Amino acid sequence: MIGGLFLYNHKGEVLISRIYRDDIGRNACDAFRVNVIHARQQVRSPVTNIARTSFFHTKRGNIWLCAVTKQNVNAAMVFEFLLKMVDVMQSYFGKINEENIKNNFVLIYELLDEVLDFGYPQKTDTGILKTFITQQGIKTQSKEETTQITSQVTGQIGWRREGIKYRRNELFLDVLESVNLLMSPQGQVLSAHVAGRVIMKSYLSGMPECKFGMNDKLVIDKSARSADDGSRRTAGHNTSGKPSIAIDDCTFHQCVKLSKFESERSISFIPADGEFELMRYRTTKDISLPFRVIPLVRDIGRSKMEVKVVVKSNFKPTLLAQKIEIRIPTPLNTSGVQVLCMKGKAKYKSSDNAIVWKMKRMAGMKESQISAEIELLPTSDKKKWSRPPISMNFEVPFAPSGLKVRYLKVFEHKLNYNDHDVIKWVRYIGRSGLYETRC
Amino acid sequence: MSDSRYFTTTKKGEMFELKADLNSERKDKRKDAVKKVIASMTVGKDVSALFPDVINCMQTDNLELKKLVYLYLMNYAKSQPDMAIMAVNTFVKDCDDTNPLIRALAVRTMGCIRVDKITEYLCEPLRKCLKDEDPYVRKTAAVCVAKLYDINATMVEDQGFLDALKDLLSDSNPMVVANAVAGLSEIAESSPRAGMLDFMSPPTVNKLLTALNECTEWGQIFILDSLSNYVPSDGKEAQSISERVTPRLQHANSAVVLSAVKVLMRLMDMLNEDKEYLSVLLKKLAPPLVTLLSSEPEIQYVALRNINLIVQKRPEVLKHEMKVFFVKYNDPIYVKLEKLDIMIRLAAQSNIAQVLAELKEYAQEVDVDFVRKSVRAIGRCAIKVEQSAERCVGTLIDLIRTKVNYVVQEAVVVIKDIFRKYPNKYESIIANLCENLDTLDEPEARASMIWIIGEYAERIDNAEELLESFLEGFHDESTLVQLQLLTAIVKLFLKKPTETQDLVQSVLSLATQDSDNPDLRDRGYIYWRLLSTDPAAAKDVVLAEKPLISEETDLLEPTLLDELICHIASLASVYHKPPSAFIEGAKGALVIRKSLAAKDDTTNATRAEPVSQTPQPQIIPAQDALVTDLLGLDITAPQTYQPPVAAAPAPQMLDPFGGLDSLLGGPNLAPAATAAPPAMPGLATDALGGLGDIFSASAPAKSYRGPTVVLLDPTRAKGLELKGSFQRRNNQIFLDLTATNRAMQAMSGFAIQFNKNSFGLAPSQPLNMTLVNPNQSAEASLPLHASGPIQKMEPLNSVQVALKNNIDVFYFATTVPLYVFFTEDGAMERKVFLDTWKDIPAANERQFQLDNIGSVPGMSADVANDKLNANNVFTIAKRNVDGKDMIYLSLKLTNAIWVLAEMRSQPGDPTYSLAFKTRAPEVSALVYQAFDEILRH
Repeated sequence: MIGGLFLYNHKGEVLISRIYRDDIGRNACDAFRVNVIHARQQVRSPVTNIARTSFFHTKRGNIWLCAVTKQNVNAAMVFEFLLKMVDVMQSYFGKINEENIKNNFVLIYELLDEVLDFGYPQKTDTGILKTFITQQGIKTQSKEETTQITSQVTGQIGWRREGIKYRRNELFLDVLESVNLLMSPQGQVLSAHVAGRVIMKSYLSGMPECKFGMNDKLVIDKSARSADDGSRRTAGHNTSGKPSIAIDDCTFHQCVKLSKFESERSISFIPADGEFELMRYRTTKDISLPFRVIPLVRDIGRSKMEVKVVVKSNFKPTLLAQKIEIRIPTPLNTSGVQVLCMKGKAKYKSSDNAIVWKMKRMAGMKESQISAEIELLPTSDKKKWSRPPISMNFEVPFAPSGLKVRYLKVFEHKLNYNDHDVIKWVRYIGRSGLYETRC
Repeated sequence: MSDSRYFTTTKKGEMFELKADLNSERKDKRKDAVKKVIASMTVGKDVSALFPDVINCMQTDNLELKKLVYLYLMNYAKSQPDMAIMAVNTFVKDCDDTNPLIRALAVRTMGCIRVDKITEYLCEPLRKCLKDEDPYVRKTAAVCVAKLYDINATMVEDQGFLDALKDLLSDSNPMVVANAVAGLSEIAESSPRAGMLDFMSPPTVNKLLTALNECTEWGQIFILDSLSNYVPSDGKEAQSISERVTPRLQHANSAVVLSAVKVLMRLMDMLNEDKEYLSVLLKKLAPPLVTLLSSEPEIQYVALRNINLIVQKRPEVLKHEMKVFFVKYNDPIYVKLEKLDIMIRLAAQSNIAQVLAELKEYAQEVDVDFVRKSVRAIGRCAIKVEQSAERCVGTLIDLIRTKVNYVVQEAVVVIKDIFRKYPNKYESIIANLCENLDTLDEPEARASMIWIIGEYAERIDNAEELLESFLEGFHDESTLVQLQLLTAIVKLFLKKPTETQDLVQSVLSLATQDSDNPDLRDRGYIYWRLLSTDPAAAKDVVLAEKPLISEETDLLEPTLLDELICHIASLASVYHKPPSAFIEGAKGALVIRKSLAAKDDTTNATRAEPVSQTPQPQIIPAQDALVTDLLGLDITAPQTYQPPVAAAPAPQMLDPFGGLDSLLGGPNLAPAATAAPPAMPGLATDALGGLGDIFSASAPAKSYRGPTVVLLDPTRAKGLELKGSFQRRNNQIFLDLTATNRAMQAMSGFAIQFNKNSFGLAPSQPLNMTLVNPNQSAEASLPLHASGPIQKMEPLNSVQVALKNNIDVFYFATTVPLYVFFTEDGAMERKVFLDTWKDIPAANERQFQLDNIGSVPGMSADVANDKLNANNVFTIAKRNVDGKDMIYLSLKLTNAIWVLAEMRSQPGDPTYSLAFKTRAPEVSALVYQAFDEILRH
């Protein structure tokens, strides 16, 4: 199991050091500093073995987080734990930087005492942790209060406490998708997938049971089959004519009953209070790509290059895409750039080695283009410029995977409110993930 | 108010001030002081001097302050054991507090204080806490047992805490169950008395599977990891477990997913009965694995290292998922390199076009390591997918044209491999390679280029010139290049003898006279002698056709792979090394090596049958006993080995080696030439003359050569495959060995040792096998004598052998066919024979039938007689009684046991009868086996 945990600043000074196991000496934190943080060559693996001691690290800003062990631990678990620890710290004091860590070191030690015991990860849900690890320290608690805390910490529904009350029962669902694309210069899709998340903000009283439904192809096909024996179905469409989507894989928040999903493919859960990530999913079929980028690069002699990039939007004309940004990389030996664009603003940023073209918004089924002349310095450098792909950022008000929320039902049997009394909001946002076109 | 100010003070007299503050009346001042102490402790200052003052602050109702004091205590208690005792009272009192948080805190902290005296006091409170009404306290107490076990294992066992911990497996609270199982697993794994602790029983497994649905993500990991060590009793149980584990693949925590994958991969081997279920399960594995690739890069890295293993074990799982492994421009380099590895593993004819296009893209990136690996990957695609070879070669040529130095070098290395795989196909590109000769500065690339020039010397007009240019700086080259250059020039000489005499002369003298490297010198001598004695033979040896290289060169060895599959998600799977390779020595020795469960019984049974028919090496059952026995012998000190003598001037040496002539003329020895013993000038004439005799002359052609059997299986001997047969030649017993290296690293440092056996069989020379490169074989003939230490074995003719190389020591047992012990002086005088026959009591007579021997083509009593005579079984007399042919035979074993035999046969009856009389009747059955074997071949 985890033998110890260290936090360093960028200089390699120890900010937090907590050792859980006797086999980890105090020199372990020096070993990591010398061999990794101060290493002459960039360290090329997040796991380092130094003298039979293994170090797992990740970086947030200038801060190095490092877990150390001498055993054959579950490596995935250690990294998951480090990431979770980052989440916990962020929700307690915001950004992870040297100042915040120093300001909260007592709190961090207190957290580390609770989330790891003898190197075994224990409870890491911030909602629960915040009930009994506070910056003020718990002064007086009645017996009922403390048993409530302990039963929550160890309880089956560790993510929600009893006795929550809201005057208005309300919930928000955000379907956030990021579209990833890699396209060849000829416009051939090399790979494309959508990584989606369903974020739920719940403000519901009591211990409500929820059931979430979406246009999952497997579910819809199944219900359609039982409805009319599947006689008139066409691919991707059920009898009611609504499109369904094929989900490659999905993962759920721990509140979702996985065995029920496995047997019936239904998503039922008792939600955490406030904001949490209900599910993540991934699709690769029938993705509607909101934009198409068509690059045209021409070398004119050794000292000049001409670039033309056309962007086409490919969605309903009534919808508006926002925050559009296109980055066109330029060679390292660029001396000057002249840009001309039909819409928005474009600028050559020498620090980024790229032309950045920004448009505030763009409606569907439109086209825009930019052309640039790039002047090059003569170089003796034989090394070829690696021509990074053109990347694009945007935000669109629909889900490129085609996912639709069909229902979210709320049942709370003990309190007297029912599904109809809950105010529900659903929003779809599609963002660019890595949206790249090679040129 | 910010806490960072605690880090700042470094002025003098700080300690004094802190001391005063710690003893202050005011609570807030004390708290501030403790915080300052902790801050100093964090940055590495020694604040142990404040121990008593800090301990004084322990008695407080302020939980935050209490925790800080405990933190201090955990750090310094060990250095101040006597004073730490002062804290015990508070701990014991806290363990009775009404607040469960405080009870838990006390028991948690106490377990972290590794002071013997404190541990004694811990027992009672711990016992109480294990039965506490509050689950939070119980789950903390469960971990505390594991802590205590780490400090004092005997005490935990004596106090019955292990049973208490096992009881917690049935706790109503899932988190308590999870912590208990985590503790028990760790204890079981680390303890030498692990066998005692086999806590996994079917009912427990059932409980764990129930708790799995309810506990935290971390608890799920503990449960899954311990489940992966459980071996179900049959396929049915395996299936029911896997059904209940499968939903975990949908968990958001990647460690839960990977641990579930581990459990499923281990169970799969037992799921052969229901093929349909297995294929459904395999299909379910792919999507979660792919999903792992959209997590944080560190997790991706762990996932990719594991996918690498899974793809090797079960290639079908991800064969359609090639695209997800395409490298993204801003992936961290460690993710890129791993993805590339998996792409090559998944490359197949169906996706090769896409893969190649990608690899070409990657080869133009900036990171040198990544580019190199990409270029190498193109070569590996060519070797793996034959249809793509031409395209790959084209791509490589394009890359060579870019003239980027490291790209060119890498390309040259892989092109050499492509030539080896597809000889006489792509040699037209040699010209392109030669253009870049000057830019090659890495040994591997230079060696590869030299190999190509040597191999295709007849097609390269200026090969002589090119090789000569390399020769100028011969002594500055690395060994790899030197060896290759030597070989290449000899090849060139054999192909174009007229123009290159000077060149070969100079390289030979460089290698033999001016080099300190024994490998190089030996190779030089061998070539020199070959060339000077028999150029034709030299041609056969040096220009012999090379075996094709295999498709996948970097696969993990199967046993290691199986072991690593059992360690999915863990560090071992990240390093691709067994845990013993990176875990502390003391513990490492005790680490139980995991292996996959055997296939179900039916397949085992069917596989076992053929085994019983052919004489197979058995793995010795009581290995421990043998190991001690063999280790008692000194395996590394060969007695007859002569240390290499410094090289004498070469020309004079050519003569004494005339003996080599016959040696090399002899049959089937040519491939072993390089493995021949480093011949020493001093003993040359004699030794080699003798060798010549052995290999060419008198052994009668009819003499039976026993079958070659597999002695070591590569899957159980870390990639070493050893075949061998026992032979008798020229009054001497030999063990003819062929070692094939199926591992990825070269093997060297071979030594062999025999355990005591019935016939006192032991090597009379050290094993002359020096180096076996990956995917190569070496042969050696080991002379044996039968005057070693004697110990009766069961069966009589079995011997236990230890073979050592640079990797490990391997043990095997095999049986020696008895005919190798038949001595040449086994002919008995007729009279003596008759007397002896009468003398031996009838009780010692054994009768056997040679069934159907007469139906062996060409068999007759006379043929049988001749066959036996050729194998040191001597005919004493022949008689014909009632149409039956009676032959009387005698033989003598090396240990001077005489065996007398009577063989009866009748024309028309295919069955011959045998009767043996000997003073040691236990050998009769073996003699019969030997006869049977001799006659049937």
